[in-house]
Amino acid sequence: MSVEDAVAYMTGTAALPRLNGELVFDAPWESRAFGLAVGLSQAGSFTWDEFRERLIVEIAAWEAAGHPAEEWSYYERWLAALESILEAKGIAGGEEIDALMDAIAATPEH
Amino acid sequence: MSDGHGHDHGHDHDHGHDHDHDEPVEGALPAAALRTRAIESLLVEKGVLTAEAVARGVDWLVSRTPTNGARIVARAWVDPAYKQRLLADAKVAAGELGIDAAQSVTVVALENTAAVHHLVVCTLCSCYPRALLGPPPAWYKSNAYRSRAVVEPRAVMAEFGTELPAEVEVRVVDSTADIRYIVVPRRPAGTDGWSEEQLAAIVTRDSLVGVVQPVAGEPVAV
Repeated sequence: MSVEDAVAYMTGTAALPRLNGELVFDAPWESRAFGLAVGLSQAGSFTWDEFRERLIVEIAAWEAAGHPAEEWSYYERWLAALESILEAKGIAGGEEIDALMDAIAATPEH
Repeated sequence: MSDGHGHDHGHDHDHGHDHDHDEPVEGALPAAALRTRAIESLLVEKGVLTAEAVARGVDWLVSRTPTNGARIVARAWVDPAYKQRLLADAKVAAGELGIDAAQSVTVVALENTAAVHHLVVCTLCSCYPRALLGPPPAWYKSNAYRSRAVVEPRAVMAEFGTELPAEVEVRVVDSTADIRYIVVPRRPAGTDGWSEEQLAAIVTRDSLVGVVQPVAGEPVAV
């Protein structure tokens, strides 16, 4: 199965949010996070199955935590799964991401 | 830090760089957006992937893919030799336009003529030429479409507003796991002299499945 089909046909809790069959992104960052995972998988950084398994784990963990106060967001679980697999594969660590995030946040937008 | 004050954070970004808000950004959305940017920057910096690869990852399934099919059809309309190559091997023809369909199964292009109209369905599930058209629309996957397209294709097309003359033969093709189909619709009248880009803009996803026919309308500025 191609990566494309593997992504498109995810089922169960991991199934992509859709409206009338089209993918739904509530914010631009969600489509970017989507592209990151698909792009990395196409580039061979991990297989789509590996990513999907982590996505399912992250969704299950969120549900097990008793639905915390923050609103459900599929792509936040997606992002958590992405970070988890980047760390596991030794591609990028949480601290590096934290540091860069702080740097970006501190940079005034122009 | 759940302070729960109920005012809405209506900071409209009017480029006034006031410094009243240097507390960490609250709310899941901006933080996630920032984090996504950080991850992307880091990966690009490390040479793991390029920003273009991220964009391609998005486009692949999301938005541009029906456009791939439209580009192919537009080229076929203006270039008869290309059309012949397309009808002979759609994947190779797609490759000529830089569209990567290599990972998909066999794709067959079917030409609509004055005598024959093709309608694509997948009666078993929702097989669809995703590499060229992106994800299938919901109606394509519906039981109603899958069961009725074979039995009463004209009635189904009529619901999409498509009325074909009685003398046109309607051929319904059933996609499988091994073969996907893309319809090459007839070029509408009133499009003489249009550029390939203008033509591609009127080739809709639904016309590539065969439920509608492209309409000329006004040339779109591209």
